[in-house]
Amino acid sequence: MEARLRELEEVAKNEIHQANTSDELEKVRVKYLGKKGELTEVLRGMGSLSKEERPVVGKVANIVREGIEEALQEAKNQIKNKELQAKLQAEAIDVTMPGKRIKLGKKHPLMQGMDELKEIFISMGFQVAQGPEIETVYYNFDALNAPVNHPSRDMSDTFYIDEETILRTQTSPVQVRVMENKKPPIRIISPGRCFRNDTPDATHTPMFHQLEGLVVDKGITLADLKGTLEVFAKYFFGNQTKIKFRPHNFPFTEPSAEIDASCFKCSGSGCSFCKGSGWIELLGAGMVHPNVLRNCGIDPEVYSGFAFGMGVDRLVMLKYGIDDIRLFFENDMRFLNQF
Amino acid sequence: MLVPLKWLKEYVDIDQNVIEFGDRMTMSGSKVEGIESFGEGINGVVVGKIESIQPHPNADKLVITQINIGDQTLQIVTGAKNINEGDYIPVATVGSNLAGGLKIKKGKLRGEVSEGMLCSQEELGIPMKLIPEELKDGIWILDKPYKLGANIFDVAELQDDIIEFEITSNRPDCLSMIGMAREAVATIGGRVKHPEVAIKAEDETTTFGVKVDIHDQEGCTRYIARVIKDAVIQPSPLWMQQRLMKAGVRPINNIVDITNYVMLEYGQPLHAFDMDYIADNSIIVRKANDGEIFKTLDDVERQLDETMTVIADTTKALAIAGVMGGEESEVTENTKTILLESAHFNKDRIRATSKQIGLRTEASARYEKGVDSNIASIAADRACQLIEMLGAGTVLKESVDVYPAAKEARQLKIRHGRMNDLLGIKLTVEEMINILKSLEISAEEDGEHLVVTVPTFRDDLQMEADFLEELGRIYGFDKIPSTMAKGNIVVGGKTNGQLIEDRAKESLLSLGFNEILTFSFVSPKSVDKINVGENSIKRNFVKLLNPLGDETSVMRTSLLPNMMEVLSRNVNHKVEAARAFELGSIFIPKSECNAKDPLPYEIANLVIGMYGNEDFYSLKGVVEALFNRLGIKDLEFEVEKNHTSFHPGRCANIFVGGHIVGVMGELHPQVAENYDISKRCYIAELDFYLMMQFTRVTTMYKPLPKYPAMTRDLAVIVKEEIMVREIEKIIQANGGDILESFELFDLYRGNQIPEGHKSIAYTITYRHSDRTLTDEEVNKVQDAVVAGIKSEIGGTLRE
Repeated sequence: MEARLRELEEVAKNEIHQANTSDELEKVRVKYLGKKGELTEVLRGMGSLSKEERPVVGKVANIVREGIEEALQEAKNQIKNKELQAKLQAEAIDVTMPGKRIKLGKKHPLMQGMDELKEIFISMGFQVAQGPEIETVYYNFDALNAPVNHPSRDMSDTFYIDEETILRTQTSPVQVRVMENKKPPIRIISPGRCFRNDTPDATHTPMFHQLEGLVVDKGITLADLKGTLEVFAKYFFGNQTKIKFRPHNFPFTEPSAEIDASCFKCSGSGCSFCKGSGWIELLGAGMVHPNVLRNCGIDPEVYSGFAFGMGVDRLVMLKYGIDDIRLFFENDMRFLNQF
Repeated sequence: MLVPLKWLKEYVDIDQNVIEFGDRMTMSGSKVEGIESFGEGINGVVVGKIESIQPHPNADKLVITQINIGDQTLQIVTGAKNINEGDYIPVATVGSNLAGGLKIKKGKLRGEVSEGMLCSQEELGIPMKLIPEELKDGIWILDKPYKLGANIFDVAELQDDIIEFEITSNRPDCLSMIGMAREAVATIGGRVKHPEVAIKAEDETTTFGVKVDIHDQEGCTRYIARVIKDAVIQPSPLWMQQRLMKAGVRPINNIVDITNYVMLEYGQPLHAFDMDYIADNSIIVRKANDGEIFKTLDDVERQLDETMTVIADTTKALAIAGVMGGEESEVTENTKTILLESAHFNKDRIRATSKQIGLRTEASARYEKGVDSNIASIAADRACQLIEMLGAGTVLKESVDVYPAAKEARQLKIRHGRMNDLLGIKLTVEEMINILKSLEISAEEDGEHLVVTVPTFRDDLQMEADFLEELGRIYGFDKIPSTMAKGNIVVGGKTNGQLIEDRAKESLLSLGFNEILTFSFVSPKSVDKINVGENSIKRNFVKLLNPLGDETSVMRTSLLPNMMEVLSRNVNHKVEAARAFELGSIFIPKSECNAKDPLPYEIANLVIGMYGNEDFYSLKGVVEALFNRLGIKDLEFEVEKNHTSFHPGRCANIFVGGHIVGVMGELHPQVAENYDISKRCYIAELDFYLMMQFTRVTTMYKPLPKYPAMTRDLAVIVKEEIMVREIEKIIQANGGDILESFELFDLYRGNQIPEGHKSIAYTITYRHSDRTLTDEEVNKVQDAVVAGIKSEIGGTLRE
């Protein structure tokens, strides 16, 4: 009986080795280990063995069964592996074919620039304030200390709706509105559309975008303005950026300055970008004129502040190397898709 | 302001090179706009004298000249017409370089040797517009003998650096050489060397009894008249011509040149009248009469009115005060006697006049910015001195100066501590006094204050704050430290509205839409193009008084026209497909005058537009996704057949909570045609302001379901005209608590479906939050839905 078992094991293993597919292997398993399988049949005959023989043969039978099962498992793994390999090989594709097109929309480059600017100032504790595009002469000029005869008030510069109402030429009126309604400390930026009576050309459009900033608190100094704008310039143009304060004159501020940043293309050595000067005009700024504070109900003896303003269109043009401002408003998808 | 450096150096010592000097001036507030080097690249040009002129044997239009240049005589062939024997002229010798890269070589002209070239001013690098009329075409005949062979640039101060400064509107005093010299001294140190002005004016014998009456005292605050007799009108000397040219002024004749020279030097406009044309030797400064016609010396007849000031005699106007003189009394070569005016006029008056008659001159430009009335006398004297120096006439002792209210220097008290506090620096009082002194502002310490005396040429210094700039800029803005603002911490960030805008934009961007930006103003005809009805409120525009053109003359009442322009442009540019949106304001006039807030309404709108591989439902999907992202629930779409911009069978109004928040659909083909678009366009116009009111961006977590759902398919056959929304309403009404969701998965017409009917199939999902549903429960609900469909819309179950 023992010999019969050993023989069975050998025959079974032989057949296992010859099986090439999972199906064939399964047939072999059923043939030997199934309910009516050959090994099962043999074991059924154990009842006729003597008491002494039974444990001995039983032990052999178990070893034989385990041997067959092990061989089956091993063969199964091999076949599965082989089949997997074949499947994978059959499924190979041309990975250089193009991806399925998913088009993401693009934010307008001007708004991307605006977002970047906003983020920088928000991180410095500025709140974003907005106001109407159509403004009163009072908010756009009078409250901002603009002389009655200032040329910027002329019809050749400013679009009028009626004598008292205009399209805002700057976003400073937003600052006035904030100061009228809020006690210091004030830290705001006011981004938005502005309008000037300019005939369109490569550097002018009658509508453009500004971002202005205002800080009012006790003890604000010109040195604080310098520090704030230095941080801004480094964020926007890179860490190596230097800035230069040139005295200037604006009705809204006293003293006033124009701020240049070292050219981010040539780092100040002079290139076509900065017209050889090494510097790029960045923005106008200054200490808020005491008349303006007073006009807004803030006591200039207690509080002081600084303000700054920049043309976003120009900065974005510089940053992306765009040579014609009109492209922003033509909205050609091939232009927008680039950013 | 063009400043020839050599001229400036007459008033101030400048050791720096021009670049460094320019940088220093820029940093103290006089921004250098550019530096032009006159005569750059020009060399080898010397003074020569024409010894003889002989005809050319082989050419009628050429002559052969012998030119003495000191150590030798050159033969030069020229075609010049304006030369005479004995003339002194600039000669470009062989090997010399001229303007425009012209190089002079020895050569033969029609067989005759020519060893150089006689030069015009243009060839020496002078811009055509600055060359005096008589020298425009032809060789430059020098005004007098000079050393033969001398470098032309030693004779004529033409090789020079011209610095163009940007002068801010608060510093009209800097529109003069003296003013710039003051700034230079404050910037680089030293002191201003003022011209020594002295006139002989010894002729007492002749008097004309000149009378000056200022009737318009508001328009004219000072009037000085000087008389010059025996005038000799001729070109001014070379040195004066050159300074004028370099400063951008074209030389005319000695008298006019002197008035211009003094204007450039001191900033005081002067005017010279031919006295013979002044009736009764009488100057009357008066308001112009309404409708008075006056011919200015540019030969244009101008109509004046009462808001303008004129200089007149007893019979007629002689000049528009501070703007331009008259043709009649203009100084010409025949003028014998001159009345020289040095006056001060009201700047607002000059500005208004100049604007109204559309004439801006060097004089009016200075007057309207502000001229110090106290310099009128020294400027008049300086002009008389130059007239004497140039032998242009005899200055009479007789002079008139009407100056009823002389301007005096102001005194102000400023707190020196405040200066440091606001600038963020620590200047000593002494340092402050020295800075102010360098600007010719005297200051004395008085306890906490400085008592400053502001000279009359500094009208811009009106209050304490104005001195911050003076101290800051002369001390040096670049030396002020950089600090971060101290004090209260303010939390930065965006408002809720701004965050909602961001969220809406991000949703559309992620759905493949490009953001566009278009002008806030449009053409009033734009609403015609989108087919807006005759009486639509969209025709009620906020109008501009002074638009650039019709195309940008009214504020938009809809974002659609601009969107269509953009889509049209892209179609035109052969862009196959486009998805775009714009978030911006529309403008609605206030119906009644509201004194409290007179401004029109500005309402945030959102327009979505697309063409290409799109249909109504792809747009609807976008709209639904957008509203979903904004947390706006219970969106309803209702048929809209009357919106004239849209396809009447493919348009829906969008409702939220009973309010119309927008309209969407396929663009009316007629509108598409108006924009030359042959593709189908899909548009949604949304009232973003209203959408923001319904937006809920904070979401509360709902536990994930613990019990399984049961799904049932429901296919019903309904009449073609039944809208699926009606079926859905029945499902919702009968679904009770256990209805979780439903989804349309099939729409079928054809075989097995009766004519005029359609089959609609839904998958309905039921679930209970606390327990597993039984078939009986679900069947009951499902049966109710079927019954509802049958009774309400006559639909039948599709077997």
